[in-house]
Amino acid sequence: MNSPLLRVKDLTIDIPVGGGTLNAVRGIDFDLNRGETLCIVGESGSGKSLTSLALMGLLGGRIKRTATQMEFDGIDLTKANNKTMRALRGDRMAMIFQEPMTSLNPAFTIGNQLMEALLLHRNVGKEAARARAIELLEKVGITAAESRLSQYPHQLSGGLRQRVMIAMALMCEPELIIADEPTTALDVTIQAQILRLLVDLGREMNMAMILITHDLGVVARVADKVAVMYAGELVETGSAEQVFNAPMHPYTRGLLRCIPQPGKTERGARLGTIPGIVPNLVGGVTGCPFRTRCDQAVAACRDAIPHRKPAENHRFRCVHETGHQIAETAV
Amino acid sequence: MLNFILKRLGLAVLVAFTVSFISFSLMFLSGDPAAALAGETASDQDVEAIRVLYGFDRPMLVQYWDWLSSALVGDLGESYYFKLPVASLIAERLQVTMMLGLCGISFALLTAVPLGVAAAIRPNSIIDRIALFLSVAGQAMPSFWFGLILIVVFSIQFGILPPSGTSTWRHFIMPTIVLGYYAMPAIMRLTRAGMLEVLSSDYIRTARAKGASEFTVLFKHALRNAIIPVVSLAAVQMGFMLGGSIVVESIFALHGAGYLAWESIARNDLPTVQALILVFSLFYIVFTFLSDVLNAWLDPRMRAG
Repeated sequence: MNSPLLRVKDLTIDIPVGGGTLNAVRGIDFDLNRGETLCIVGESGSGKSLTSLALMGLLGGRIKRTATQMEFDGIDLTKANNKTMRALRGDRMAMIFQEPMTSLNPAFTIGNQLMEALLLHRNVGKEAARARAIELLEKVGITAAESRLSQYPHQLSGGLRQRVMIAMALMCEPELIIADEPTTALDVTIQAQILRLLVDLGREMNMAMILITHDLGVVARVADKVAVMYAGELVETGSAEQVFNAPMHPYTRGLLRCIPQPGKTERGARLGTIPGIVPNLVGGVTGCPFRTRCDQAVAACRDAIPHRKPAENHRFRCVHETGHQIAETAV
Repeated sequence: MLNFILKRLGLAVLVAFTVSFISFSLMFLSGDPAAALAGETASDQDVEAIRVLYGFDRPMLVQYWDWLSSALVGDLGESYYFKLPVASLIAERLQVTMMLGLCGISFALLTAVPLGVAAAIRPNSIIDRIALFLSVAGQAMPSFWFGLILIVVFSIQFGILPPSGTSTWRHFIMPTIVLGYYAMPAIMRLTRAGMLEVLSSDYIRTARAKGASEFTVLFKHALRNAIIPVVSLAAVQMGFMLGGSIVVESIFALHGAGYLAWESIARNDLPTVQALILVFSLFYIVFTFLSDVLNAWLDPRMRAG
């Protein structure tokens, strides 16, 4: 427990586009211990999914990833070759994707796809892999598990398919599981079930989890740590209590104003919104990316933004020491 | 799956009967067969005599039934020109055509599919450019011209391949290349487009996230899905090769079924033409059936249909 399972320092992702380079993710730092759940929140296009794909080494050839440090249990992921990454993927780190409808191969049975990772990474026979697949299908709450093995994805509903995806990710008992908006594509009624299932299984197997979501209600319930992303930067990180009870960054505060809170939000009152749109990230981003939408913005927001550390493990980036504009810094 | 196969089989049989009826009727729409047989200088009495002799005076449905019931037991009548049973005539010529067709489609698939996959793995790479060049050239070049070029180069210039005939396997090399190269561009492009689409799909990312090797990703997860439309296309191409390789058969003097069709049309050899149309359409029906079954095996979603 001394050294974290995953340590990321200064992760940057650049995507070459027609008119130059899209600085999609810039200078991401975070640590994740075994058994911990980190929630990455932020709006669409803030770089959450790219960050998770970068950890898995699944970005694709054109996209450039750099980091001063990216370590998984002592393995330097920045220097890892394809073979090392392949050995990690699906075995020690697994991923669950957003779209259960398209994330399963239509041409192969559920059983085939479930057993694939186990047969690949572990020296087990078909029978053992089959037994493990049935065990996990039961674990994720699928009835008649044995008969499901010979079914094809198109015969299952979206909720069932996401359960299969979860079972598939758990086949090798990974130490880290990355779930990229695992419930976004599902019915609201099933979202809570699937999420609870995922979190409970994570706890049971003592897995570290990175949960990417833009549902703050979910975050409040399951997160140990929260990382708030905005336009490719981590604007605030901290424990769930720190971020929810003492949000520092104006963007975090704005996000929290957008959700109703029991006891705090009056009945009939209007929820907050954050006006404006995310800035264009092509060709060099300087200063605070949030300044164009921030109600605390001052001239200094155009310059380099300091990292602030109001408490142990709680960090945010803002020109204002407390995230609030005070008289002296106003222009 | 068995249910699906039986259903398709039933459908294929129905289509076969419909096609046989239509092709039979079409022969009568194209003019008075008795007058055509008798020739331009024949008198009216001669034409009448021929009409009665060959039974053209009977109602068409009766003639069709007559033809169909003997066709079902393998008797396709006697060729007017060759004076031989049509069935054995076609059987003999089909050997050459089937050999050529199988070689041609194999050549097309064996070049087009790997090339299409390679092009899709690295779009805009040098391999992709070469594949594009080959497919444009294949589409733009008429078969007769390409065939003649091959004869000029390999038979006349270097003298390493025989220009015509069917006696050894070496006689089939150039016709195979000409026929296969004609079908290759479409198959190549469809494979490339299919692979490109499949490789960017979510389930390929899932496969990679499991740690599957690039080989497994390409040939287990991707190709199986990308090849589905190619199977249907190849079935049609195969039908075309067996029925319509007249040009290639004439250039290389291969006396196959395509060449026979051309000969019998030119000579108004009605029973032979009718039988050939039946055989060619049966080929299409059989290959469509086979491709349906193969596709259902590849794609479980089709089995319900």
